[in-house]
Amino acid sequence: MPMLSPDTVAALAMAILLLPLAAFAVQIFTWKRLPRHGDWLPTTAMAIALCIAVALFANMQAANDPGFRVLAQVDWIHVAGAPLISMGLVVDNLACVMLLVVTLVSFLVHLFSTGYMHGDPRYGRYFAFLALFSFSMIGIVLSDNLLALYVFWELVGLSSYLLIGFWFEKDSAAAACKKAFMTTRVGDVGMFLGIMILYLNTGTFNLAEIFHRLPEAGGWATREFLGLPLLTWAGIGLFCGAIGKSAQFPLHVWLPDAMEGPTPVSALIHAATMVAAGVYLTARISPLLTPAALTFVAVIGLTTAFLAATIALVQHDIKKVLAYSTISQLGYMIMAIGLGGYGAGLMHLTTHAMFKACLFLGSGSVIHAVHSQDLREMGGLRRKLPLTFATFLIATLAIAGIWPFSGFYSKDAVLAQAIAAAMEHPGWHLVFPAVGFLVAAMTAFYMFRLVFLAFTGSPRDAHKHSHAHESPPAMAIPLMVLATLSFGFWYLGWFGHLIEAPASALPEALRAAEVAGAEAAHIHEHAHHLAEILSGVVAVGGISLAFLFYVLMPELPGRVVGTFPTVHRFLSDKWRFDDLYRQFPVMATLHLSWACGRFDRGVDWIVNAAGAAGRALSSLAGGLDRDLVDAAVNGVAQGVKDLGRTLRGFQTGQLQGYATVLALGALGLVILQVALQAALSDSSFEFSQLLHDLSPGEGLTLLRRP
Amino acid sequence: MTDHILSLMTFLPLLGAVAILFLPKKEAGAIKAVAAVAAFLPLALAVKLFCAYDRGSYLPQFVERHAWIPAFHVEYYLGIDGLSVPMILLTALLSFICILASWKIENGVKGYFGLFLLLETGMMGVFSALDFFLFFVFWELMLLPMYFLIGIWGGPRREYAAIKFFLYTLVGSVLMLLVMIVFYFSSQSGGHTGSFDLLQLADQATHTGWLRDPQVTLPWPVGVVTLSSFRMICFVLLFIGFAIKVPLFPFHTWLPDAHVEAPTAVSVILAGVLLKMGTYGILRIAYPLLPDAAARFAPWMAALGVINIVYGALCAMAQEDLKKLVAYSSISHMGYVCLGMAAFTPLALNGAAMQMASHGVITAMLFLLVGVVYDRAHHRNINGFGGIASVTPVYAGFVALAFFASLGLPGFSGFVAEAMIFLGSWSVPAAQAFVAVATAGILLGAAFHLWAYQRMFMGKLNPKYAALEEINGRELFCLIPLAVLAVIMGCFPSTVLDLMSSTLHHLHSSMLDGLTQHHVAWWQ
Repeated sequence: MPMLSPDTVAALAMAILLLPLAAFAVQIFTWKRLPRHGDWLPTTAMAIALCIAVALFANMQAANDPGFRVLAQVDWIHVAGAPLISMGLVVDNLACVMLLVVTLVSFLVHLFSTGYMHGDPRYGRYFAFLALFSFSMIGIVLSDNLLALYVFWELVGLSSYLLIGFWFEKDSAAAACKKAFMTTRVGDVGMFLGIMILYLNTGTFNLAEIFHRLPEAGGWATREFLGLPLLTWAGIGLFCGAIGKSAQFPLHVWLPDAMEGPTPVSALIHAATMVAAGVYLTARISPLLTPAALTFVAVIGLTTAFLAATIALVQHDIKKVLAYSTISQLGYMIMAIGLGGYGAGLMHLTTHAMFKACLFLGSGSVIHAVHSQDLREMGGLRRKLPLTFATFLIATLAIAGIWPFSGFYSKDAVLAQAIAAAMEHPGWHLVFPAVGFLVAAMTAFYMFRLVFLAFTGSPRDAHKHSHAHESPPAMAIPLMVLATLSFGFWYLGWFGHLIEAPASALPEALRAAEVAGAEAAHIHEHAHHLAEILSGVVAVGGISLAFLFYVLMPELPGRVVGTFPTVHRFLSDKWRFDDLYRQFPVMATLHLSWACGRFDRGVDWIVNAAGAAGRALSSLAGGLDRDLVDAAVNGVAQGVKDLGRTLRGFQTGQLQGYATVLALGALGLVILQVALQAALSDSSFEFSQLLHDLSPGEGLTLLRRP
Repeated sequence: MTDHILSLMTFLPLLGAVAILFLPKKEAGAIKAVAAVAAFLPLALAVKLFCAYDRGSYLPQFVERHAWIPAFHVEYYLGIDGLSVPMILLTALLSFICILASWKIENGVKGYFGLFLLLETGMMGVFSALDFFLFFVFWELMLLPMYFLIGIWGGPRREYAAIKFFLYTLVGSVLMLLVMIVFYFSSQSGGHTGSFDLLQLADQATHTGWLRDPQVTLPWPVGVVTLSSFRMICFVLLFIGFAIKVPLFPFHTWLPDAHVEAPTAVSVILAGVLLKMGTYGILRIAYPLLPDAAARFAPWMAALGVINIVYGALCAMAQEDLKKLVAYSSISHMGYVCLGMAAFTPLALNGAAMQMASHGVITAMLFLLVGVVYDRAHHRNINGFGGIASVTPVYAGFVALAFFASLGLPGFSGFVAEAMIFLGSWSVPAAQAFVAVATAGILLGAAFHLWAYQRMFMGKLNPKYAALEEINGRELFCLIPLAVLAVIMGCFPSTVLDLMSSTLHHLHSSMLDGLTQHHVAWWQ
């Protein structure tokens, strides 16, 4: 086969990205007017995208070049004075594999949904949302830089929200979609902080550029912050995004609730693709993870794998068992990458996507048949749903890790990595293989518990059993395809060769002491053989135990629960994480917000108090003005008036009276002058002078005299 | 025509208002038609302006300059640069949309539409004036119609809200007036004392120096202060004046009251345009005229911005009235603008300006959507609904779109702006702690939006609203352009960034030019 030119590869990748987007844009506005509510439109778009992805995959196989890489970029944000921020896509071998996985599962889920969702009142809108998800997920796979990745990262969060809450009339679905969005966003904040640390110090979002600039980064990477190098913080920050999206401890709580969404959605988003995006991210950034950050990653992965497996043991809801199993398997992948098993983690991602999608779609087929999700109402479905049973069994054997199914190879690779880690670092690293194999045994146990409870024995709900019927071809075909892909031979030969761990980009000072090449190869070979044998043993052991508990002695589980009621309740309560989170972050935030609301009324009270003070001041001023200033004015007027009234008494209008007053006045003046002259005859004072001073014009002068 | 494009955009609405004055009261249809035309013409001119604007230049364009009050060197001086272009476009768009959104007003049609057009004149004037005095005149001009629009056409507590809005803004105006007079008497222009020319004042601040006396004597009780303290006082006065408008904590409490009482279209203008006048004023006047004081005050601004972001979001979460929730979300979003301005890196500054445009579009959508449900249900209590997505799917879809745009989902303009502000602010070492706290806003913003959405639209249908009427064509016609803009700006941010980037770059470099190392410790 002739090899594709880089331009063609980039164009094809672009087409894969844009096809579902176009399908979404058309579907969301027109689905009511399209025949069959437009389900064929996104499905066809995904079929074409799948064909292109197959072509790219074939091209990868033909090129057979571990370093294959095509990059295409466009300017996105360019402001004067700041570095250019570009958007771009990168196609390398890992992206080719992921593209195939995503488009394949997405297409099969579209196809399955045409049967499963048939008759739903919002049937067309469902397909629009599925297409939006496919677009966002393909965007994550193809992003060449962290900002673009974050953009699509949030968009898958949106489509996940829309699809979990698709049946929003159910209160549980409405709560679950919000919980999923919020919980993953907690991780996204850490991721954004990590992106900011890297952007500030390297000036770029492009991962290849960041890796390129890290060794010469100088002091920033090793500068300590709270006891750890800054680069370790950047890595842990980015990994927080993966903790959220891949439902790792302690942010795993949203995924089981997300099962409120339609079952095909659980298969696509919450099992095969979106939740694996965290693993993909961790793999992509692994060259910049410092040894401390890698250990953190591995411990988180191991904790998650164990925690979820224990909870899965006691679940009764068929989808909840699968959800916890997904969390547990994702923990495996994360742990593998944390321990340096890049290829092992990604291979488990790929094989898990196939068999877990098969399991979820199979459970969808069961739910479709019996209209119940409760394992206690099933039983004996083997005869009613032979095809579902066969495919489900194959996928279960794969997840349990039985040869020759795919899970055997990938889980073996993961566990071999754990053994190798313990051999390279004797000491507490022993916990990785020890718990790893324990989880493998539990996985085999709870998955076969599920199979035995649902498909074998006698029906526990005769009514539901009698109405059960095998699913239509649109649902059967995806099951068969995925079951076929649960065999191991598909993944052998090329995976380890083409998906090669990138070289570490760490500055010299931050690198771990490396085990010598020959010795490492020896350890890995040894670990590999050990893992093959041990994982076979624990898987068979787990299955046998499940057979004992649920087929041979069905009363045994009840007795075990009776013996350890506290443990059982603790596991049924999912280790009480939900209660804890409801108490602390959720209620604390709500109380804080109510406190802020009340405080804000306090702030407003001050404003109103200022207003009231202004009014009080003005009424005081008004009162003073009325009672003092105006009273004075009125008082003067009143005084004048009173004086006038008094004086009016003299104005009688009788001439005799006036003449009498005149005469008396004249007489008075004469007497006054005579008296004054007699008293002041020795002084220079002249009465005429006094009269002169009082005359108009001179009066003011008199007033001014000191 | 481009010679007088700014005057036309500013005074065409006023012309419309005058025309409405002469129409008889009963001709409601004619009044609305005149108002629509008078608001549409500036929008058409705005499109022309968007095409004709030279993106490479930082200088003011479409300048009109005439002497107005020669005795005081006051000029009629209009011109727009990268800072004002997005605001002018936003004003033209939102004014037209709001006229359409007010179509159902029945009481006092004549007064309502006349005042609305007068308001548009005031807003256009504020964003295009380059003369401080003219700016102040338009600033006050816009206050008057707003007061009556809230006080007459508002809700039950309209008088309280209108007076609170008016007095609060007036306090800010008084502070601005004081500083304006200080600037006038301490500037030199063409051989005479006194200038209101904002560009020249800025030039004087950065290049030729300003107020060379080392000390300034202020009235009792301040006394003698150093020049730099005096400039700081001026900055703080100006800042408070503008902060009231933004509004920044603790001057924000007029906003929820004003929004709750104001009619829908007035809320849209209030949140979409008027709030931006605060941040616009800081960038147009306070920053370039007092760069050294701005640099020293920046940490406080950053703190206020972060308080707005986190506290606003927390308060929003505590609200039960949907409109109050949206009002507090505005407070939170304007905090991002403040943080970006305080950080003052090119990326953060562009992010802040982008956030102004983006918030204008997104919050307008939110308030229009609140109006839609209020028109039908006659209440806005979030807990009083439930499950209405099943009866009004299109309306629920638009609310979801607006909510996700508002909580900063990539693909919408808010994400680009907030990401630029975060990234740009993070590169100021001293601001990293602020940014780290502000990232809580990412979470809280998502929380209160999604929680409100869940309570109103999801779950079992409240039987009271089983017959709730779906959003109608006219309402969709108002919303669709805004939604499209939010997406375009989010996917192709260069459509907006290209307009403002060179002006902001010039602002950034010219301000830093005039500063000594001591001043810019925070900004380095």
